[in-house]
Amino acid sequence: MDFNDTKEEAAFRARARSFLQANAEPKSGSRPVLRQSGVDAEAVKRCKAWQAKKADAGFAALTWPKRFGGQELSPIFQVIYNQEEDDFVVPRGLYEIGLGMCIPTMMAYAKPEQLERYVPKAVRGEEVWCQLFSEPAGGSDLAALRTRAERDGDDWVINGQKIWTSGAHLSDYGIIVVRTDPNVPKHEGLTFFFLDMKSPGIEIRPIHQMSGARHFNEVFFTDVRVPDSQRLGAVGQGWRVSITTLMNERLAVGDVQRPDVDDLIELSRHVKLDGKPAIRNSAVRQKIASWYAQSQGLKFTRFRTITALSRGETPGPENSIHKLVNASKLQDIASYGIDLMGDAGLVMDDDLTEAYGMFQAALLSSPSGRIAGGSDEILRNIIAERVLGLPADIRADKGIPFNKVPTGKR
Amino acid sequence: MNFDFSDDLKQLRDQARRFLSERCPPTVVRRSLDGQEKFAADLWREIADMGWIGAAIPEEFGGAGLGYEGLCVLAEEMGRAVAPVPFGSTAYLAAEAILTAGSDAQQREYLPKIADGSLIGCFAMDEGAGNPDPAAIHARVVGGRLSGTKWPVADGTVADFAVVVACDEHRQPGLFLADLKDVSKRALRTLDPTRDQARLEFNGTPVQRLESSGWGSVQRVLDRAAILFAFEQVGGADACLAMAKEYALERYAFGRPIGSFQAIKHKLADVYVALELARSNAYYGAWALGTDASDLPLAAATLRVSATEAFHLASKENIQTHGGIGFTWAVDCHLFYRRSKQLGVAIGSLPFWQERLADLLETRNAA
Repeated sequence: MDFNDTKEEAAFRARARSFLQANAEPKSGSRPVLRQSGVDAEAVKRCKAWQAKKADAGFAALTWPKRFGGQELSPIFQVIYNQEEDDFVVPRGLYEIGLGMCIPTMMAYAKPEQLERYVPKAVRGEEVWCQLFSEPAGGSDLAALRTRAERDGDDWVINGQKIWTSGAHLSDYGIIVVRTDPNVPKHEGLTFFFLDMKSPGIEIRPIHQMSGARHFNEVFFTDVRVPDSQRLGAVGQGWRVSITTLMNERLAVGDVQRPDVDDLIELSRHVKLDGKPAIRNSAVRQKIASWYAQSQGLKFTRFRTITALSRGETPGPENSIHKLVNASKLQDIASYGIDLMGDAGLVMDDDLTEAYGMFQAALLSSPSGRIAGGSDEILRNIIAERVLGLPADIRADKGIPFNKVPTGKR
Repeated sequence: MNFDFSDDLKQLRDQARRFLSERCPPTVVRRSLDGQEKFAADLWREIADMGWIGAAIPEEFGGAGLGYEGLCVLAEEMGRAVAPVPFGSTAYLAAEAILTAGSDAQQREYLPKIADGSLIGCFAMDEGAGNPDPAAIHARVVGGRLSGTKWPVADGTVADFAVVVACDEHRQPGLFLADLKDVSKRALRTLDPTRDQARLEFNGTPVQRLESSGWGSVQRVLDRAAILFAFEQVGGADACLAMAKEYALERYAFGRPIGSFQAIKHKLADVYVALELARSNAYYGAWALGTDASDLPLAAATLRVSATEAFHLASKENIQTHGGIGFTWAVDCHLFYRRSKQLGVAIGSLPFWQERLADLLETRNAA
């Protein structure tokens, strides 16, 4: 065992580091770089400028073909770049879904001339993509989606509603899965397209989240026309294409969010409990110990994944462990930190709050981590079925035409 | 980055797994459970001949020189097999104490005989209820002779010698080597009869002090042993998850395999998560042990916490998944449940290691 880079990896790491040092500001001190909870026009400009700079220097789309602006490197180099970038403050939040999920799906199913047209612009960040999957009636049960597409000449006409679409209001293009045949069982009647988000008939409304931010959207479709040439995969094969997209979602190992256990240690050193620093209290110490052991366990699980990547292996469903553990841990640490602050833990005024308000911000944003991109329950199903090999749940809608499946009031 | 065992060690692991599934099936474990034998002496002979006991002992002292990663790989398989042999007491504790604190002469005297299986060792620290604590050591060595009572001592009635934690004339704790031939031993009835446990009565027993001593050397032995025990815990937890999964696939209720119910699937997914976190922490411990890394104490406390939690969870949820049949003497679930507790309290239990981990973090974060 060792933690050393290969010669090639070390050279790449050094190159990435010097690029970042020359072009970005290092993270400093304990102040957290809070995840973008909404990207405004100014932030969009910064994101676009940064992506173009990365592309010019050859650090965008490291694993993609050179003809699309990529570098044709193995995935381990993307991991190395991400590790290095994590030490710097860089604009984020605009391209993760497009480059992480939409374009990989395009590369698997779009026509060569479409790839020539769309991929290089996505790599340079000139065009932004979103993913239109979830619906009011199809979240964890994604295949229960109801947005309809009907054939009309060379076009398809889309009517319905998508929801939880990150960045729809900032996007130029989107990938979408819709129902083209309600008379067959749910997985068999879906078809996949990409479309222009500026098409007539698309209306985007931001969702006001419980955290106060407006990052997700509802997207309404009224007689939106999409040419058949923008279909990805065969008619009725939309579910299979969706799986391609979702597999890529799992490869995007989430970075550790704050507050983490080190922030809790820092807090408990100066907040008092029973007349002494809270860290002197054994209940607090036990919590710290268990969360630290979890954090380290995830870190070294990531190292095992990186080792597999480095050997050219592809990480599989076992990667679900990261979000499953991190999302709950974040929520629990946020809540516990606030408990340690006592009543003052409620306060979010910048001049009065502890730890830059990160515990309060995380308390309010962390519920989404346990739901978005596969809920805790779905991730446990994935581990149970695809890692442990337990049977799928028995489904009440199996083999039944979609339009005969019972539905509830919500 | 290469954060995985080498192909050679994976091969060793597979060989060990095959060997133990053949030579240490539950029927062998049950001979100790039912009190027919104190430990599996034939198995002990065979693993000695294969060089397992001396896996991490350098070749100059008669060991196999496989290194600590080799010993870790073997420990995982011993845990998976719930092996009823004094492996941990001898290889992780007694041999390690001599390797880390013994003089050259002591190492030459003991290590070759440990490696070839002719000397069984044990680690006599506890004196009744409580966790490792220098203030709780009352056994005393005066004029080279040890007096005091130690219990429970794992493998104490079968061991030939003990590494004893006792205080010297100046009431400073240290490590001492004692021959157990003439020491009064009482076998203890415990909740894991697959492991021998003893109460040892030292009454002026002649001892020799290990060269480097003090509580620091005791903690050093505990830290290193924690890493090796963690691999046993990971192996045991992995076996529990495999058992539970197999049963959940075969057992039908309400017309379907119980493994298709989310109540069971999510439970086993949680066991998988705990096990993977423990395994990853244990891997880091293997690396720290092999390289004598400066953060070995922190790594040890971390993996001790996650491995103890993981084996406890896996062993109890294995019984739960089995339902009533899992509560019977005939089904093997309880072998793991018992062993999970035995390993979880050997060398300090969860609250002790959580406290130690918090201590180390507090010191580190203050720096």
